[in-house]
Amino acid sequence: MTLSKKATCNSHGQDSSYFLGWEEYEKNPYDQLHNPNGIIQMGLAENQLSFDLLESWLAENPDAASFKRDGQSIFRELALFQDYHGLPAFKNAMVKFMSEIRGNKVKFNPNKLVLTAGATSANETLIFCLAEPGEAVLLPTPYYPGFDRDLKWRTGVEIVPIHCTSSNGYRITGPALEEAYQTAQKRNLKVKGVLVTNPSNPLGITLTRNELNLLVDFIDAKGIHLISDEIYSGTVFDSPSFVSIMEVLVNRNYMNTDVWDRVHIVYSLSKDLGLPGFRVGAIYSNDDMVVAAATKMSSFGLVSSQTQYLLSAMLSDDKFAPNYVVENQKRLKSRHAMLVRGLKSIGISCLKSNAGLFCWVDMRHLLAANTFEAEIDLWKKIVYEVGLNISPGSSCHCDEPGWFRVCFANMSEDTLNQAVQRMKAFLEAGRSVEAGQNQSKSSRRKSFTKWVFRLSFQDRDRER
Amino acid sequence: MAIKSLEQPSSAAVSLSKIAVSDTHGEDSPYFAGWKAYDENPYDESSNPSGVIQMGLAENQVSFDLLEKYLEKNSSDAISSGRVSSFRENALFQDYHGLLSFREAMASFMGQIRGGRVKFDSERFVITAGATAANELLTFILADPGDALLVPTPYYPGFDRDLRWRTGVNIVPIHCDSSNGFEITPAALDSAYSDAESRGLRVRGVLITNPSNPLGATVKRAVLEHVLDFSVRKNIHLVSDEIYSGSAFSDREFVSIAEVLDARGHRDSERCHIVYSLSKDLGLPGFRVGTIYSYNDAVVTTARRMSSFTLISSQTQQLLATMLSDEEFTEGYIETNRERLRRRYRMIVDGLGQAGIECLKGNAGLFCWMNLSPLLKEETVEEELALWECILREVRLNISPGVSCHCAEPGWFRICFANMSEQTLQVALARIHDYVERMRENGDK
Repeated sequence: MTLSKKATCNSHGQDSSYFLGWEEYEKNPYDQLHNPNGIIQMGLAENQLSFDLLESWLAENPDAASFKRDGQSIFRELALFQDYHGLPAFKNAMVKFMSEIRGNKVKFNPNKLVLTAGATSANETLIFCLAEPGEAVLLPTPYYPGFDRDLKWRTGVEIVPIHCTSSNGYRITGPALEEAYQTAQKRNLKVKGVLVTNPSNPLGITLTRNELNLLVDFIDAKGIHLISDEIYSGTVFDSPSFVSIMEVLVNRNYMNTDVWDRVHIVYSLSKDLGLPGFRVGAIYSNDDMVVAAATKMSSFGLVSSQTQYLLSAMLSDDKFAPNYVVENQKRLKSRHAMLVRGLKSIGISCLKSNAGLFCWVDMRHLLAANTFEAEIDLWKKIVYEVGLNISPGSSCHCDEPGWFRVCFANMSEDTLNQAVQRMKAFLEAGRSVEAGQNQSKSSRRKSFTKWVFRLSFQDRDRER
Repeated sequence: MAIKSLEQPSSAAVSLSKIAVSDTHGEDSPYFAGWKAYDENPYDESSNPSGVIQMGLAENQVSFDLLEKYLEKNSSDAISSGRVSSFRENALFQDYHGLLSFREAMASFMGQIRGGRVKFDSERFVITAGATAANELLTFILADPGDALLVPTPYYPGFDRDLRWRTGVNIVPIHCDSSNGFEITPAALDSAYSDAESRGLRVRGVLITNPSNPLGATVKRAVLEHVLDFSVRKNIHLVSDEIYSGSAFSDREFVSIAEVLDARGHRDSERCHIVYSLSKDLGLPGFRVGTIYSYNDAVVTTARRMSSFTLISSQTQQLLATMLSDEEFTEGYIETNRERLRRRYRMIVDGLGQAGIECLKGNAGLFCWMNLSPLLKEETVEEELALWECILREVRLNISPGVSCHCAEPGWFRICFANMSEQTLQVALARIHDYVERMRENGDK
C-alpha cells in the first residue's frame, strides 16, 4: 500500500542544505562551558532577549498559568473551550496588542481575527481559502524558506518570484511586480495574490510607504489578493517606524472598496514575544467570507485554550504589554548594533536594517566566484571550519550569490562575540587560501549542489 | 444533505477558492444546527429550567474533579523540583517531534488504557492539535485527491469535513445495520470496495472508530481481524481512531488494533495507524491534544513534517507530560472515569427503558445509540428529521439524528450523557418520558 503523492514528493522541502547545517549543529552544539568549540546556531530566528520580562510577569501573576481567574479555578471552563471563534478575552487582547505595535494608527476588530496554531498554519490556511491547486501567488525574493512548504505543499499552489536585488536595497518595484505577473501568465498560472513579509525575513527591513502603495495599486489593477505577513512587526527597533498595509489603505480611503476585502494580515506571537512553542498565530481579514472559511479551517489547528487564557491575561495587562514592546525593541537594537559593528570590524557589511531578529550579510567579496556553487562552498566552510550555522541566500531564493542571513537574538552577548571572533580568525587565516581555492568540478559536488537547490528549510521544526 | 455553492458577490474581482465556498465543511447539517438551537436557549437548572438540554455534544464532564485535585496538589512542585523545563525552554520548544516526556507519557497512558497488554514506542508518536487534525493529516498522507476511504456507517459527522474537505478525498460508506448490531461484516466491506470501484474511485484505506461513535460500542476482536485481513487482501491502509478507548466501561471489553497486530507478530503492521486524543477520555477538548501512532516509518516521518501546521502548544505538552507520567494518578483516573461512565450509561438506558425506548447494547463512549423508529410515522429520513425537529422544539433536547451520521436506517439517534450533571440527565429523561406518554395518548385516539 502506497502513500499519497504529497507524502512522497519533496515539496515539504526538507531534503535541503539545512540538513547539513542543522545536523552539524545538533551533533555538535555550542555551549559556553561544556562545548566551547561546538557550532553556534545562527540560523534560527528566535527572540530570546526578553524572557526575563515574561518570567517576572508570570511570577507576579500566578493565576494566569494556573487556570485561575480572580483566585477562582476556571480549569473546567478552559478544558472544555474548543470554540473555533477563540476565547473572546484573548482575541480582544490580541487586537489590542497588534494595534499598540502599530502605534495605535490602526484599530482591529476582534471578530475579523481568526486564531491558528502558529503563522505556519495561518499562511497555509489563507492560501487554501484564496487559491486553487495549480494557481499561483507572487512573492518577493529573497523569502523565508518555509514558504515553499507552507504555501505550496498541501495546497498545490505555485510560488512565482518577484525579483528584488541589492542594486536598490531589495525594494519592490513596479516593473518587478509586472514582470512576475507576466512570468506567471507565460507559465499558464493564474495569479491569485501577492504575499509579502513586512518586516522582511530574511532582509530585516520594513517596507516603505512607496512599496506599500505600489502593492495596493498593483492588486487593485489586477484584481487579486494581498497577504501581508507581519509577524515581525513588533521587532522594529529603528526608524523608519513600521507602516502596516492597513494604515496605507485607511489613509487612501480604501475602506468599503473591494480592495479592502482583498487584503489579509498574518500575525503570530512567535517572534515578537518569543513564544514559538505556544503555537499562537492569527489571520486578520476584512472579508467576512474569508473570515468564515478560515474560521472553519482553523478546526485543524486551534490554539490551546490553556495558552489562550495565559496570553489573554498577559497581553491585556496595560502595565505590561506596551512596556514589553518598547524594552524588547531596545534590546534588539543594541544586539543588532553589536553584530553589525562586529562584522564591520572584519570587513563584512550588512544590508542596513531596522527590524527582525537577523542581519542580511554581504559576503560576496569572500566568494571564490560569483556563483551559487561558490556560495555553498563558503557556507560549508563556515559551518564546518568556523563553526557557525548561518543561512545561505540561495535557500531563500535570492537572485545574487553571496548573501547570508545571520541571526543575533537567539544567543547571549558572549556567544555573539564568540561568533564574530571566530569569523575574524577564519578570515585572517584563510584569506590567501580562498583566492587560490581549487574549484573542483567533481560530479559528487555537483549533485550535492543540485540537492541544495531543491531547498527549503529545517529538518527540525525551528522556523524562520 | 444537498451541497450548494455560496454565491460570490459580483463586486469581487477575484473569487475565493472552491474549498472556501463549498459546503464540504459539512457545517450545515442538522448535527450542527441543533447546537445553534441550544446556544440560543441553553438549559440552566436555576436560571433557564425550560431551556434546551444539550445532548448532542460528546464531552466528558464526569471526572473533572480528579484532574482539578491533581493540579491543586502538583502545580508548583513540578517546576521547582526541576522535573520540568523552565518557562524559557518550554516557550522556545517548537520541535515537531514533540516533547519527549510528553510522548513517553502518552505511550504509558495508552498502554494503561489497554490494560498493559500492549506497549507503545514513544518514537512513533506524531503530535497534532486534536484528533480532528490527526485524521485530516493522515488522509493527506494516505490518499490523493479523488481517492476514497471506506468508513463504516453510522459514523461521526465531523468526518465529512475532516477526511474530505481540504483533502479532496471521498468517503465511501461500509453499510452496517441493526440486523446484527451494526457490526462490520466481510460482505459489507467487499460491497463498499466494489461500490468505490464502480464509481471509478481508488480505495486507499479503511477508517474505523473503535470504540465506535455514534454506536457507543467497542468493535469485537473478530471484526478487527477480518477488517485487517480485508486491508491486507486489498493492500490498503487501516486507520483505527481509538479516541474513546479510555471511555470503554471496562478495559477487558476493549480490544485495540495494537493488540491484534501484536498477536500477529506485527506482520501486517505497516499499513496500520492509530489516532488518539485526550478530548474524550480526559475531557480536555480545549487543549487540542491529538496524536497519530503509526507502525509505518515513512508515515511517521511525513506526518511529523506535516504536523508543523498543527502542533500542540508546548505549554500544554508540558502540563500533560507531568500529569500522565504519574502512573498512580492515571491508573486511579482511568478506573474511576470508567466506573462513572458506566453508571451514567446505566442511568440513561434504564430511564429510556422506562419510557419504552431501546438502545443498542453499548459498552463504551459518552453516548447511546437510541432506537426511536417505533415513534416514526414512516421509516423515512424525512420522518426522522421531523421527529428530530419535534424533539428539539417541544421536548427541548438537542440529540443527533442518524441521518447526520449517514445511518442507512431511519429512526436511530445519538444521545450524549456525560456532558451534564446527573440532575440534568434526570430532567432530560423525565421530559422524554412525558413526550413518549403524550405521543402514545395521541396515537391511541
